[in-house]
Amino acid sequence: MAAIQINLISGRTIQQGVSMENGKEKLAYRDACGILELDDAEFKRLGCFKNTNVRVSSEFGSVVVKAIGATQGPHPGLGWIPMGPWANAVVNPNTYSTGMPTFKGTPVTVDVAEDEVVLDAIALITEECL
Amino acid sequence: MAKIVTDVVCPFCGTLCDDLEVALSDDGEEILEVYNACTIGATKFLHSQAKDRVTRPQMKQEDGSWKEVTYDEAVEYTANLLVDAKKPLMYGWSSTSCTAQGTGSEIGEIVGACMDNTATVCHGSTLIAVQDVGVPSATLGEIANRADRVVFWGCNPAHAHPRHMSRYSIFPRGFFTGKGSKSRKMFVVDPRNTDTAKMADVHLQLEQGHDYELLSAIRVALRGEALPDFVAGIPKEQIYETAETLRSGRFTVIFFGMGVTHSLGKNHNIDIAIAVTRDLNDYTKAAIVPMRGHYNVTGSGQVWGWQFGFPFCLDLTRGFARYNPGDSSSNDLLIRDEVDAVFVLGSDPGAHFPVGSVKKIAQLPSVCIDPHITPTSAVSKLHVPVAFVGVEVGGCAYRMDNVPIETRKVVEPPEGMLTDEEFLQKVLTRVRELKGAA
Repeated sequence: MAAIQINLISGRTIQQGVSMENGKEKLAYRDACGILELDDAEFKRLGCFKNTNVRVSSEFGSVVVKAIGATQGPHPGLGWIPMGPWANAVVNPNTYSTGMPTFKGTPVTVDVAEDEVVLDAIALITEECL
Repeated sequence: MAKIVTDVVCPFCGTLCDDLEVALSDDGEEILEVYNACTIGATKFLHSQAKDRVTRPQMKQEDGSWKEVTYDEAVEYTANLLVDAKKPLMYGWSSTSCTAQGTGSEIGEIVGACMDNTATVCHGSTLIAVQDVGVPSATLGEIANRADRVVFWGCNPAHAHPRHMSRYSIFPRGFFTGKGSKSRKMFVVDPRNTDTAKMADVHLQLEQGHDYELLSAIRVALRGEALPDFVAGIPKEQIYETAETLRSGRFTVIFFGMGVTHSLGKNHNIDIAIAVTRDLNDYTKAAIVPMRGHYNVTGSGQVWGWQFGFPFCLDLTRGFARYNPGDSSSNDLLIRDEVDAVFVLGSDPGAHFPVGSVKKIAQLPSVCIDPHITPTSAVSKLHVPVAFVGVEVGGCAYRMDNVPIETRKVVEPPEGMLTDEEFLQKVLTRVRELKGAA
């Protein structure tokens, strides 16, 4: 199983919105946002099946999420994590004097992490920050 | 028989749909159903009724457990936190009413806070661009009635603003758009084949982060000048065709979102998007409208605009407002360790700031005022639950096109629970006492 490099972006999905309003401490929020959407070709390069846990790493951090097939694709070379603490664990915080972190276009490495778990939002943020 | 409350305004996104109907139980205390809302808006109303909702303030103990405290104790902690800090950050303000925002500003002015709203991670780049070059805009009502060329650039309303297309931009039959969606040409510019893109007449699947180049190419095409074979991965024929279609309409509108504001280039991407709109006005009528996220982030910018002259990134530490995104913006302040206390109301930086900024919040004295349990409340020292604005208390909010709309109260909040405005008024009173102010 190989590690692959992709370009990561994040943003809203309707499942992210619903689960967010239903309680970010719930597992439904993790299931909606603790995911990485990849194209089929990326799964072939990665050497794993869909719905496998993977570690996404950038120079700014790393996080375990579940890799799923692209629901709004194809988008070759792009990875997608819905906005939330999972995406924000790896995005580029630099604002380049604008006040706005660079949430889109983060180069990341993805490798298979079958034995690791995807934490819920509160556990993830607690582990990262406290 | 259920009691139906009509003309309810949805307090989720900047579309502020004002046609919701909410079915209440006979005693008027319980929300049974929400009609006309999108699934996210309906969930917001129904979640306010959750049995596991936190209804009293909680203070974090040394061992990490939470202890229930009274609202008076919460007010005392919050007031002292703000007064004792040399440079507190007061962040959020986008999921509450304009009145609460105004009261918060009074507190910020007295304690010399840095104040910022969620535009800082949303449409802050847009605000900078608008200040730089101005903006040709229109209301959503005008767009529903007139727009026959609609562009969604770097936004995905099918997911983020689920009723936007059906209420205002694509499907409604307006005075001059009598055939609804058949009256309009829909363009989507997005590096992903989104659910919005799948509905479009034309999808320009550009290379991520190359918005500036493509916008620039459209300006070149509008002038009839030569283009290279591909710009941002889009063939030049498609760019010429797009420019021609936009120019030939009676009313073109460009809606844009985080794909433009979050990518490198940021405010410059919007500068040139506004320039394209201006160019189109040489041939037809054109407008550009940001797709604002929180239901009252626009109002927050409006309130601070009236009060201080700037819409976000306010630095009040010198007793008057200074404004310098990159310096007085939340993430920069946190990353540079420049603030010594954090107050959050009406947003969730714990979930939506880069994790490095959240780590700083976790290290500081902090209070989170939010009806929900959130990653921010989890890392804060004090969590103060409050009533839902737009569900349990009314108040003014601004739609994404800067139209103010009065939200409605539908049900009573849980007994003894304060609203944002009531909590802030108590904090303001206590801050004045501590500061010896009149």
